Amino acid sequence: MTRTFLGMPATAPRGVGHLRGDESFPVAARRGLADPQLRRNLGHATGTIRAKSAAVIGELPDWAQLRAAGRAIKTDTMARLPELLEQLEAAVTRAGGTVHWAADAVEANRIVTDLVRGTGAERVMKVKSMATQEIGLNEALAEAGIEAVETDLAELIVQLGDDRPSHILVPAIHRNRAEVREIFLRAMPGVDPALSDEPAALAAAARRHLRETFLSTRVAVSGANFAVAETGTLAVVESEGNGRMCLTLPETLITVMGIEKVVPTWRDLEVFLQLLPRASTGERMNPYTSMWTGITPGDGPQVFHLVLLDNGRSAVLADPVGRAALHCIRCSACLNVCPVYERAGGHAYGSVYPGPIGAVLSPQLTGVADNASLPYASSLCGACYDACPVMIDIPSILVHLRGQAPHPRAERATMAAAAYTMDRPVLYAAAQRAAKLSRLAGRRGRGLPPPLSGWTASRDLPQPPPESFRQWWASR
Amino acid sequence: MSRELILGRLRAALGAPRPAPADPPRAYRGAGALAVDLDVLVDRLTDYRATVHRCGDADIARVVDQVLGGRQVVVPPELPRRWLPDSVRAVPDDDLPAARIAALDGVVTAAAVAVAETGTVVLDGAPDQGRRIITLLPDVHVCVLRTDQVVATVPDAVARLDPHRPLTWISGPSATSDIELNRVEGVHGPRNLHVIIVA
Repeated sequence: MTRTFLGMPATAPRGVGHLRGDESFPVAARRGLADPQLRRNLGHATGTIRAKSAAVIGELPDWAQLRAAGRAIKTDTMARLPELLEQLEAAVTRAGGTVHWAADAVEANRIVTDLVRGTGAERVMKVKSMATQEIGLNEALAEAGIEAVETDLAELIVQLGDDRPSHILVPAIHRNRAEVREIFLRAMPGVDPALSDEPAALAAAARRHLRETFLSTRVAVSGANFAVAETGTLAVVESEGNGRMCLTLPETLITVMGIEKVVPTWRDLEVFLQLLPRASTGERMNPYTSMWTGITPGDGPQVFHLVLLDNGRSAVLADPVGRAALHCIRCSACLNVCPVYERAGGHAYGSVYPGPIGAVLSPQLTGVADNASLPYASSLCGACYDACPVMIDIPSILVHLRGQAPHPRAERATMAAAAYTMDRPVLYAAAQRAAKLSRLAGRRGRGLPPPLSGWTASRDLPQPPPESFRQWWASR
Repeated sequence: MSRELILGRLRAALGAPRPAPADPPRAYRGAGALAVDLDVLVDRLTDYRATVHRCGDADIARVVDQVLGGRQVVVPPELPRRWLPDSVRAVPDDDLPAARIAALDGVVTAAAVAVAETGTVVLDGAPDQGRRIITLLPDVHVCVLRTDQVVATVPDAVARLDPHRPLTWISGPSATSDIELNRVEGVHGPRNLHVIIVA
């Protein structure tokens, strides 16, 4: 075992989970850009959700005040994270639950696998959870001979289609109804061959397919939207009822949550339960929200385990600018308004966290070197900041992370030379005179010579003025 | 062991000195800020495809008969018997197995709180609402609500509820937005939600 220094914040380990892509963003985005069906599906879906969300946000006269409260609660939470987690642990334990601490994906997967093995079950059912996607739990369980059944409709579409999720809220957003129908016909045992592509018919097919699983599976794995330190209460927000099934029917419930999901007080939920559904699915309230505190004798699972996951979050917390990325409540509003996401699609980001929030969260969880292209996967237009229900200033964090990303040697040399020149007035004046000469060299329509031609391939070279400001000033 | 590791990492990440805990600004409409408007509740419930009935206390059984007459329903242990018409065969939940509950046509319960602004009914597992499983497996859920259980906003509801009880917030029937982000009613939970508001 490698020696671990207590107290050193650590990034998420390589070789496990889904935070790193195989290719850089520009390379992967090219594939998405070349797929007209994908762009149509995404354009339609994000357009629908933007309109719905704007309508229900417009109904609340105090949306701005709710956002400000959300941000303040999250800022306060991060400043007291260790103490709040200790408080949460005590409250959950008091209520009959067992709390486990997982330093990284490997440890979390091991804890969950051991817990499932301990029950003797060979199958678990799952509620959609970003944390378990992040750590690659399904793969780890499969290696241990345990089948994980995804019960969220979109996750089911992804799982049956042998596909990857491309959106935080709607992992199958890249599929339209006709494609979903094809996947069901191909991969859902016993499906009616006359199945139509009406969303209601597709939902009904999923209902029939999963009913038996819900009634016979003894262990469920969930994530959590919120965990209240004060009371030990956990909350899962969902639509279909698959969450209620998993949280109510099994004997054993295992919840895996990122440590940043804790909120200080029960009252804080009054803020987030208003922000999340309106920003996320564009509903006044999602169909079902389940809240539970430990175990309730005679009602629901009688064994409850809570796994608290670090996996790089301590490293994010260590950056005073970047730590606001931990405020995210996974609503995906920033994806739905992002012009880059809408065109490139979620797979281009390589991580389970796509879109603007993914572009700031993934590189911090893994260390910027492992996701160096993501801070550039943005036009810095700021739509994400406007849409974020907890007011995360994503553009500022993107710029901050760009400063940490490794830069090409030619760029570093150029910038160093520019800095040296600008520090020295005589050299700077000479450089400006030289720039005037370039009016002859780089005429309109012609770019710079190699190796700088890459810069001008898609940009016009600005015309240097006939006289610089400094020359004009000196001649006054 | 990882407990101390993680807590140590987090303390190191925050460094010192730590900012003093600050009370978040709560300038939004808090508990008690808004008067209850039953018409808003009806409008929001209907908008999310719940069926709303309004009646007097003596007429509850008649409405239940309209919805579930001739069918078998599960009921929580302390549901008022006068709510059930003779036409309904009631099966009291005395720890019934899941498969038995799933085979029944419907469920009748009371509620703990309802939120007008969001069209939400909240169940808290009290003896007139029962275990969470009974409102989950049958396809029709009839929920009887007293007007004094209706509050205006989410903060009002949070203030009234006890977090130590198992809580289920229900806003319309089971639905999904997973296919093209269009809301479609009816996936795993009850596909029909009837709310009887008793004046």
